[in-house]
Amino acid sequence: MSTSLMNPSEAPATVPPPRKARRIPGWAIGALGVAGAVVLLSTTSYLTDVPQLTSTGTIQTAVRLALPILLAALGGLWAERAGVVNIGLEGMMIMGTWGAAWAGYQWGPWAALVAAAVFGALGGLLHAIATVTFGVNHIVSGVAINLLGAGLTKYLSTLIFFPLSNNPRESPAVPKFDTYSASGLSDWLGELEAQQRVGLSDVAGILRGLVTGVSPLTMLAILLVIGSYLVLWRTRFGLRLRSCGENPVAAESLGVNVYWYKYVAVIGSGALAGIGGAALVLNPGQPGYLEGQTNGRGFIGLAAMIFGNWRPGGLLGGAALFGYADGLQLRSGGKTFLALVYGAVLLLVVIVIWQLIRRRWFAAAFGILAAGLLYAVYYSVDEVPSELTTYAPHLVTLIVLAVASQRLRMPAADGVVYRRG
Amino acid sequence: MSTTTPAVVLSGITKRFPGVVANSDVHLSVQVGEVHALCGENGAGKSTLMKILYGMQQPDEGTIEVAGEQVRFRTPADAIKAGIGMVHQHFMLADNLTVQENVVLGAESRHGIGGKARKRILELAEATGLTVDPGVLVERLGVADRQRVEILKVLYRGAKVIILDEPTAVLVPQEVDELFATLRGMKEQGFTFLFISHKLDEVRAIADSVTIIRRGTTVGTADPKAVSSRQLAEMMVGSELPSPETRESTVTDRVVLKVESLGLVAAEGTRPVLDNIDLVVRAGEVVGIAGVEGNGQTELVETIMGMRKAHHGRVLLGDRDLTKLGTLARREAGIGYIPEDRHRQGLLLTQPLWANRILGYQTRRPVSKGQWLDLAGAKQDTKRIVEDFDVRTPGIDVAAVALSGGNQQKLVVGRELSGDPVLLIASHPTRGVDVGAQALIWDEIRNARARGLAVLLISADLDELIGLSDTIRVMLRGRLVADADPATVTPEDLGSAMTGATSAEQASESEGE
Amino acid sequence: MGILRGKLLPPVLAILFSALLCGIALVVSGANPLQAFGVMFAQVGEGTTAVDIINSTGTYYIAALAVAIGFQMNLFNIGVEGQYRVAAVVAAVVGGSIALPPGIHALVIILTAAVAGALWAAIPAILKVTRGVNEVISTIMMNGLALGLAAYLIGADVFGELRGNNIRTPEIPESGWVPGISFGSSGTVFGLVFLAALLGIGYWVMMNRTRFGFELRASGESSTAAAAGGVNAKKMVLIAMLLSGAIAGLVSMPEILGRDHTYNLNFPAGIGFSGIAIALLGRNHPGGIAFGALLWAFLDKSGLALDNVGVSREIVTIMQGAIVLSVVVAYEVVRRFELAAQQRQVGRQLGTVDAA
Repeated sequence: MSTSLMNPSEAPATVPPPRKARRIPGWAIGALGVAGAVVLLSTTSYLTDVPQLTSTGTIQTAVRLALPILLAALGGLWAERAGVVNIGLEGMMIMGTWGAAWAGYQWGPWAALVAAAVFGALGGLLHAIATVTFGVNHIVSGVAINLLGAGLTKYLSTLIFFPLSNNPRESPAVPKFDTYSASGLSDWLGELEAQQRVGLSDVAGILRGLVTGVSPLTMLAILLVIGSYLVLWRTRFGLRLRSCGENPVAAESLGVNVYWYKYVAVIGSGALAGIGGAALVLNPGQPGYLEGQTNGRGFIGLAAMIFGNWRPGGLLGGAALFGYADGLQLRSGGKTFLALVYGAVLLLVVIVIWQLIRRRWFAAAFGILAAGLLYAVYYSVDEVPSELTTYAPHLVTLIVLAVASQRLRMPAADGVVYRRG
Repeated sequence: MSTTTPAVVLSGITKRFPGVVANSDVHLSVQVGEVHALCGENGAGKSTLMKILYGMQQPDEGTIEVAGEQVRFRTPADAIKAGIGMVHQHFMLADNLTVQENVVLGAESRHGIGGKARKRILELAEATGLTVDPGVLVERLGVADRQRVEILKVLYRGAKVIILDEPTAVLVPQEVDELFATLRGMKEQGFTFLFISHKLDEVRAIADSVTIIRRGTTVGTADPKAVSSRQLAEMMVGSELPSPETRESTVTDRVVLKVESLGLVAAEGTRPVLDNIDLVVRAGEVVGIAGVEGNGQTELVETIMGMRKAHHGRVLLGDRDLTKLGTLARREAGIGYIPEDRHRQGLLLTQPLWANRILGYQTRRPVSKGQWLDLAGAKQDTKRIVEDFDVRTPGIDVAAVALSGGNQQKLVVGRELSGDPVLLIASHPTRGVDVGAQALIWDEIRNARARGLAVLLISADLDELIGLSDTIRVMLRGRLVADADPATVTPEDLGSAMTGATSAEQASESEGE
Repeated sequence: MGILRGKLLPPVLAILFSALLCGIALVVSGANPLQAFGVMFAQVGEGTTAVDIINSTGTYYIAALAVAIGFQMNLFNIGVEGQYRVAAVVAAVVGGSIALPPGIHALVIILTAAVAGALWAAIPAILKVTRGVNEVISTIMMNGLALGLAAYLIGADVFGELRGNNIRTPEIPESGWVPGISFGSSGTVFGLVFLAALLGIGYWVMMNRTRFGFELRASGESSTAAAAGGVNAKKMVLIAMLLSGAIAGLVSMPEILGRDHTYNLNFPAGIGFSGIAIALLGRNHPGGIAFGALLWAFLDKSGLALDNVGVSREIVTIMQGAIVLSVVVAYEVVRRFELAAQQRQVGRQLGTVDAA
């Protein structure tokens, strides 16, 4: 049975599609997106008079909160590019948090990373055994691994952590990474930010947030994104791995050992999710392992990956967006969050204008309606209730899927159980 | 030629599957630099044999020799190393990868995956005439181009012996000619081909020798120039050939199906998949649709069945306008439908036969009463089909997947003729079935026609089309471009019309309309 | 051969395998597995345990049925978790704010829960049908939103009220309660456990005897064959999802109408995910699900007893996880084995040499 993550409403026509116009390269889209986001944020910040939107503190928190999502999304990318849907990311991440705390309180943060990767990879291995060797439905196996991961960590934390912390749901404190700042640059940017100049101060605030108090973990995560791109798209290993997600039968017929690549991909996926768990434990805001700490971030990572159209650059954008939303509400609460709603209205206005130029009347009308609705929300409430802001990423994901799911391109054989022979 | 060591020798190959012996004691010897054809019926065991030679399956008994040395292939990689390449009937390409990525996949150690690889592909294309842009995504390519990519893939790996599994099945006659010209040129350069086919004219046109396989075993090797197609065919079938000839006309003037300017667009802003189709099928008439696969036949059938939503136009059954109805309502209105792919569309493979009897008839007696199923009725009627249509099965409780292809298809045909249809849409009704089932299905279609049923027949088998149809319409790029009279038209004429080699007017003229 | 080997063997093997696995884990962590397993069985007779197990079986049973309806057509309603939560809040709020005669009051609450669950499930269903959004991702997101919505709705300035440390919805008046069957000191079986049983019977009849059930199973087996057979895929997705959501909405009814009479912060979480596991364990069959739900409830309750003998109760969660994973593997292996056996058998009986 097929459990692909996109369900085209109709079977594609057998006639080959006509050639499309030359596409804009990915890095250009990325650069445009970043520039657009910055412009949008500084405009919103100016119009709503909420400087926290682009303050250093917000960005720093956003980065910290984006890391686990980013790493989980990368994990999803590896598995799904090899054709294995991995909703077990959440469970693997949980196992990573436990591993990180266990090794971390004894031997420090680097050991925590390694242990988290190993624990996550064990979850990945289990998923690979079930889906690849035994051909179990990927979703089913993922759900089971989430249950198992949660149970195993609870058991282990009662067994190991309870005697140390007197709390079965918490580990002893885990030492964190030292952070590094580009101090000269950071100070200068800080001055710029303090001047409260339109646009300029916003950019300075964002940049300062990115270069101040940087943890090695952040750098590692960025390296992993770049590394994943290079490995998956620029090496023979990556080509083979992706071919398993596109057409495993063809790959096998060319001598590619599909099972092996799927195993490697899913185990790697688990390791990345595990490191994502470590990013939670090693977050300076938290003492260490806490039961329920992941709180669905594995799922959000999966959403970020889909948001990013199964591409490393795209999922970086998705993770940044979700991390930002998370960071904003955590730092400055529902009032500031409301400014984001205003930002969304601005964004919609731009989209509507664009749709009008393209003479897409229906889309434009829909956009106007949505913008009006959001503006009404912005106008009528003082702040977004904190219970709801927590789940902003979920809502954004739903909206993105609803609007763009037909344009997303998942690996062709994603989620399809492959049998050799 | 035969003085040198043969390129490939298979001796005593036997392969068993659960309940089935696919190959038993097969012998085959292929000389260097020849095109060696392997002929046999569908299901005779050709594909299994080639999978064994290509290392995809291991023989239970027997030996393989390549260039005089005995080898044992555990995986395709072993076969590739020994210089054997295979072009599969169903292309093994990843749509979302470029031509270059598809070619170098699995053979990256030769020239990497970058510029050097690209250069090598262009060189190979130059040498063999298989020109194609390495940078383009495979999903943008047509069928003939995809086949070129497949052959390039094999060459890139340094194959000297190339297995071509029914390479012409998806090509139009003109593309077949091009392919054959390429093969002849490559043969001069020392390549050896194993050409699997059941199209005897093609075998006679290209092969230097031919080995016949029947019911899993080789029955002899012949020089195709020295024997007639008829003789070859009788070797293949082992008895008198069945023939799809239809006898006297039963066509009435009562219109059953009327399709009016039907249009279908796959995606906004693209060329229509169906472009103003007008079609009439009368009671007692078989209308055949000829066309190269992928020219809109599938979409036409699925639009008539309501599985796709027409962009414009109307579908009428008798006086009733079906355009706005769903598939079930159209079936209830009296359309029987034999889908082109029985595994994907015709059957619930893991369900018992009687449950398959319900599919498509879940609202009608004898298998249901209103919202409730009538299991006893379904079982009883399944027994009737099994008997009347000679479905070979141990019982009606076995899963459909356990039956052979021919018996599955007989079940589908039996089901689709049991709801008292006024129109039967048969898409490739005898594809991949054995000779016995083919004869039975042809008989049933003929009988149905004699009873006054209107039949819309879509087939890639031109002999079947010409033999069964009262009228043939030719489909090209989503349009019906020519009519042909099956009494006078030849497969070659049809082939020309199917590729647009002759204009619609000429085709009609030459067929005397 | 069929029934015994195909249907019973896999779960038995999976349970034994998981028990073995947990036994090893117990030995490694320094406990005596035999004693632990002994305690697990012995606890059933103590106090209210037996009745608690039955009550909790009913809840799990409803959740698993909701999941199973989707599974029958390969629709992965991971969102039962969110659907039952939203339904519980809405039903508790509505039930607590209206006054109706006994019986009718409870009926209205139950219907409200079903409708709320169905509406919550309608969002992913509509997204899937109109926009092609995969239901796995959308229902997971809906689960998050459900948590947020529920937390918001019981806020003190919305519909909730503060009671000590707990926030809860106004209590449902006695006219809306569903009485249970009291076993004295052994506890009270919720009246609505019988609703679960009724749902199970209805589910069986629907799946095996009605046109809708046939179309549902056909869609699950092969969407393409179903489409050619006149099954409207979109309609099936919509109906199956709404039905699944409506049943999911009933999950918490036995507890709310039988004991709690309110929705509060201690509302149980994770029943939706357990439902998925139980549906897998019972292979979407109403009898199998009943067995799975009973097993789940039994394992849940045995955790408490294990704590008393110094064994961490979480071993039970591991066992549950291991059971699901090994049971799906076992089913898959047996399924393949049986298919090959049947093909062999047909081949033997007909003596064909047909490779097709």
